[in-house]
Amino acid sequence: MNAPVKPVGRLKKASAASRKPVSAQRRYDGPPDYRVVGRHGVYPETSHDEIARFNFLAHMNRHLSTQLMPGVAKAFEVRVEPSFKKNNSRPFKDRHEVRKALLNEPMFQWWSALRRATMETRQQAGRWVTLRQADALNARAAALVDRDRLKLNPATRLPRYVSAIDHHCMPGSYHTELVDGDVTGAANYDVGIFATTGGMLGLYNDGGGQAIAKWIKETLPSLKPKRILDLGAGLGHNVLPIAQAFPEAEMVAVDVGAPMLRYGAARAKSLGVDNVTFVQGDVSDLSQYPDESFDLIHSCMFLHETSMTAMPKIFKETYRLLKPGGLVLHVEQPQYDPKMPFFEQAMRDWDAFYNNEPFWTKMHEIDLDRFMVEAGFPEDSLMHGGVAAVVDPKVFPEAAKDSKQEDYGRKAAWHVVGARKPAKAKREAA
Amino acid sequence: MARLDPLALAGAKAKGKRPFFLDSADDERLLNILLVVVQELAVTRERMDTIERLLAQRGVLTAADIEGFAPSKAEADARGAWTQEYIARVFRILQQDKEALVTDDDSAEEVADELAKV
Repeated sequence: MNAPVKPVGRLKKASAASRKPVSAQRRYDGPPDYRVVGRHGVYPETSHDEIARFNFLAHMNRHLSTQLMPGVAKAFEVRVEPSFKKNNSRPFKDRHEVRKALLNEPMFQWWSALRRATMETRQQAGRWVTLRQADALNARAAALVDRDRLKLNPATRLPRYVSAIDHHCMPGSYHTELVDGDVTGAANYDVGIFATTGGMLGLYNDGGGQAIAKWIKETLPSLKPKRILDLGAGLGHNVLPIAQAFPEAEMVAVDVGAPMLRYGAARAKSLGVDNVTFVQGDVSDLSQYPDESFDLIHSCMFLHETSMTAMPKIFKETYRLLKPGGLVLHVEQPQYDPKMPFFEQAMRDWDAFYNNEPFWTKMHEIDLDRFMVEAGFPEDSLMHGGVAAVVDPKVFPEAAKDSKQEDYGRKAAWHVVGARKPAKAKREAA
Repeated sequence: MARLDPLALAGAKAKGKRPFFLDSADDERLLNILLVVVQELAVTRERMDTIERLLAQRGVLTAADIEGFAPSKAEADARGAWTQEYIARVFRILQQDKEALVTDDDSAEEVADELAKV
């Protein structure tokens, strides 16, 4: 517990009582102290003990991925796979067979039981923080929001992919309102994601959005979008970096969850970002916007929370809404490439089946390129890239440089799938 | 405005039938309880560490001062409120079992198939 927060090499002079010879100190490479997280105007207050809880949970997750996960891999190698081959006289035929075999392996059972328990404990810790100060948080959000930057539509139909199950074991998911003007669900998401990622998402949990903004600037330096649409924006942590990268642009961030949008609009205001409007809606039907309304459309870790019926509709709507020459970018965890071992695919499926992300499994096996082409995007306009969370490396761990941790689905490193609408859309095809 | 009771709501069950991994679901319940006991020990340890460092820095208290401390009524009530919150946190898994009695959630397995249908 006496581990210093500051990186090795920048240690301040320790007091005489705690000073140890440098050579006797174990090199610390774990998560930073929770207090490095940035606090915007609607961020919940956190007591010393609440912070300590998030510190513990960040360490639990890192222990699970760096210390116990390799044990699961080893058990698969020495017990699960040989035993399957012996009993069936053939290798595994797909990831589902691997996962079902793993369910009988004690290393997998204990790692899974602890991982699920850690996620549920994280939810309780975050909900405690936000619910005990619900009235104050809701009032702070209401006071911050610019009315013209928040467009709620309570008539929005909740898609089945949201109503069926609470994603990542987050009670009430993105949409539940416990009281009028509620933001507590969003505040819980924001206040606790540090614990799930071990600080890998940076100061405002926005390392993903920072990465995408950087990728766009580097890959497409001439892009000057005037209108940008974000799909499944949540509380906007990956929206603001894009809005800040294009300050001349007007950005629309759409989500079904009113608590997310309220919190997002208040958060944006307090962070001085004034070119984003948070809109409640279902992104498979944005008929309130005419054809060719946007230059750039973006989603970050959103598609895997939709469904096989919704996704093609979302892609078609995206195509319709893009101006000629407009660009769409989707950021996701990597697809289950045929070269990816079945064990890795099965481990990546853990979040689908055991962390309430059910579409994760199907979404990662399909050919996203084909879906984009079917929505109208020319095959030769498809683009693929890789990004890792952009954070201040003096304070936060960098996913791109973390070789110790392979969390199969939670690492802050993602794939980008993009496409461009032809500069002159073929209207006669319609 | 309706008051939200964090003691009741913080440990709410997420929608979706809960998977159990250990051979005995009871063992897994105990594991969940133990995890939070472990967590709260870390929390206490961190707080003690803060206090001890501050005390050492400022030289305001001795070990004997701590040993001889007796709480007032108000102080004892504050400690009792803390203990209530602590117990609710520790026994979250039983609250979710209770909530599952009156729900009929699909499993992620079932929903995955449903959502994967074209």
